[in-house]
Amino acid sequence: MTPVARLTRDPIDPTALLASVARPRHGAILLFLGVVREVNDGRPVTGIEYSAYEAMALRELAAIADETLARFDATDVAIEHRLGELALEEASVGIAVAHAHRGVAYDASRWVIEELKRRVPIWKREQYVDGTREWVDPTGRPTEAAVGGERR
Amino acid sequence: MSVTVLLFASYADALGTSSLAVDLPSNATVADVLAELRARPGAERLPPSPLVAVNQRYATAGSAVRAGDEVAVIPPVAGG
Repeated sequence: MTPVARLTRDPIDPTALLASVARPRHGAILLFLGVVREVNDGRPVTGIEYSAYEAMALRELAAIADETLARFDATDVAIEHRLGELALEEASVGIAVAHAHRGVAYDASRWVIEELKRRVPIWKREQYVDGTREWVDPTGRPTEAAVGGERR
Repeated sequence: MSVTVLLFASYADALGTSSLAVDLPSNATVADVLAELRARPGAERLPPSPLVAVNQRYATAGSAVRAGDEVAVIPPVAGG
């Protein structure tokens, strides 16, 4: 079955993502959500606007999903990325991964989010408490990803 | 020949547009497209070697472009 790999302007539905990877053969299902965090690079953030080169982003998301199946044998995966204006605590990305055993599921989940951050043409513009907005450049200033809860 | 250049996020802000047509000689490459872009106001805000995709696939400066191709200049990606 073709894995889920899509962009959405609606809130990400974790239950639907989990259901899309559930199979009788799996003993582990992991859900990763990247969510909008209140502070980035020391600046108070009030929201993030996500935009994409949509046709290519869909192509890259689908490629990552296909590569996940090839790299992590007998895994199921679903990837969804949100576009538009997001408020604090809203999920910008959801990744569900299922495998017979937890070890592979953890590895695959981590691999998918790192690949997504590396190559999918999506951009975010942060809105700050002082009313200013700025495109986030993970390579160009001493900042880390605003979402995901971890450093790159 | 003409190709369509797509700009996104900070690069679209820099050039003041998200899409433009660029005329090039045949046998042109991605480097030629970027050279044409650099003649435009605001292009000084582009980095020396931006990421580029041709027809939705990552390409290099030496990649060939053909009439009607979609050449996207891609700012540092920030998904997730």
